[in-house]
Amino acid sequence: MAEIETSTAPSGVLSGAARMFDYWAIAYKRTWKGSVITSFVSPLLYVLAMGVLLGGFIEGDPSTLEGATSYLDFVAPGLLAAQAMTIVFGEVTYPVMGMVKWHKTYFGMTATPLGVPDVIVAHLGFALFRVAISCAVFVVVMAPFGVFASVAGALGAFLVSLLVGLAFATPIYALSAGLKDESPFALVFRLGMMPLFLFSGAFFPIANLDGWLQVVAKATPLWHGVDLTRMLTLGDVDWPLAAIHVLYLAVLAVLGWFWAVRRLTKRMVS
Amino acid sequence: MILAQGLRKSFGAFEAVKGIDVDVRRGESFGFLGPNGAGKSSTMRMVAAVSPVSGGTLRILGLDPDTDGPEIRSRIGVCPQEDTLDTELTVRDNLFVYGRYFGLGRKVVRERVDELLEFVQLTEKADAMVEDLSGGMKRRLTIARSLINRPEILLLDEPTTGLDPQARHVVWDRLFRLKQQGVTIVLTTHYMDEAEQLSDRLVVMDKGLIVAEGSPLSLIAEHSTREVAELRFGVGEHEAIAAKVEDLADRVEVLPDRLLLYTVDGEETVAKVHERGLEPIVTLVRRSTLEDVFLRLTGRTLVD
Repeated sequence: MAEIETSTAPSGVLSGAARMFDYWAIAYKRTWKGSVITSFVSPLLYVLAMGVLLGGFIEGDPSTLEGATSYLDFVAPGLLAAQAMTIVFGEVTYPVMGMVKWHKTYFGMTATPLGVPDVIVAHLGFALFRVAISCAVFVVVMAPFGVFASVAGALGAFLVSLLVGLAFATPIYALSAGLKDESPFALVFRLGMMPLFLFSGAFFPIANLDGWLQVVAKATPLWHGVDLTRMLTLGDVDWPLAAIHVLYLAVLAVLGWFWAVRRLTKRMVS
Repeated sequence: MILAQGLRKSFGAFEAVKGIDVDVRRGESFGFLGPNGAGKSSTMRMVAAVSPVSGGTLRILGLDPDTDGPEIRSRIGVCPQEDTLDTELTVRDNLFVYGRYFGLGRKVVRERVDELLEFVQLTEKADAMVEDLSGGMKRRLTIARSLINRPEILLLDEPTTGLDPQARHVVWDRLFRLKQQGVTIVLTTHYMDEAEQLSDRLVVMDKGLIVAEGSPLSLIAEHSTREVAELRFGVGEHEAIAAKVEDLADRVEVLPDRLLLYTVDGEETVAKVHERGLEPIVTLVRRSTLEDVFLRLTGRTLVD
């Protein structure tokens, strides 16, 4: 293959983002060890503690567990979707602020032929890569426990975890890109991520929530992700509802994308 | 290479650049000299095609930054005021990933990285983390980074601000070599010695406008005298003494800590001051510099 010796403008956003592959690969080589616990170990500890040990006290009644025959079967898909969300929160909050404000790495990047959208796509791509490997390991480790009704269901659940990741990644990226300092992140994690994690139907059927709380839970993106994942892993898919879940998450991802481009452009181009 | 006509930049109600005309030719080294806040960096960011033009026209390599930003940026090199290096990556990796942003092949970039490390004398630091480098080394690395795409124009925004004198000289030496290789260089600085050393032609900027233009020598010849006698008296005496020596020089400037007497022959002027029975604590005779030009044109010094 002939080596390219002349500097050029990229032909599009994706080809621009692809030029940042080496940057993110080198960055990951440097940091992957530090992310092993959150990526691979923590979710499995949750499964062990909640699914196996706590789940041992819970009666596996399909009529109260949204069709699951054991609590492990019920909680595993919830944890998978929640894991996708958790990884994304970590990846597009402080790191984004670091590259905009602390190290100004983005400014170096956009002094080249690359533009703001290229930089965002590459960063989101990396966040999704983190989601993908973490969730893939989760799926592979959980498979022997019989939590997946079918191979297709497991594969579908994995793909949904990517969609959940993207649906959270774009709006939170947008939020981070415009923040002047890091103090709001504490709220994002404590009042955003934690309640979502606990009350979006990952650990208990949201039918247990009082009327209006249930409405609130159903409005959250994580619930759509959890419910969709659970349908797939249990092999009991309500297709019209599944379509609504996909649509909801996709719309969120797209809106977040436009917001992200707008906020980062405003921040960097003046 | 760069052509600006009536170029303006506003941030809300604040006008940082108020209509400037600039014409930079191939192979020349062109300087923007002025104090902080003169509009130099705003101009530089527009030329680097990262900041939209607010008014007037700007062409870089014949291209319009509004529509051809990526194309322009692929052909220029930028050394920003702040280093924007990735401090957690090694010296080599910083250059390598940067080369990839320009769409260059991996092998080509690796070869250039080695060449450039050699050029900026960082070969031995190739595998060090950037955060462990000194300020001067970071600057040289940023300069090396700006050369990775073999740019047709090199933009340097305050290349030696914040460096100690020795580190500055190392940077100047490297930039001088680039200049000799025929690289078109555009730099901003608020150091008159830097402007004198590195630019063939320069504009003096103040408050968003160009107040003078020419080669360092022609600017000095036009706006100052050949020599300057600097006289230092006791605290608070300068105003009063200025009145007594006014007729001895073409022009007298009163600074907080000294008097500047602009004259053709500094030694002779100092002798005449002594003849009048005035005894300065310190005297210094020197050639006029761009600092004097700036003082003449704006009534202020470059570095406050």
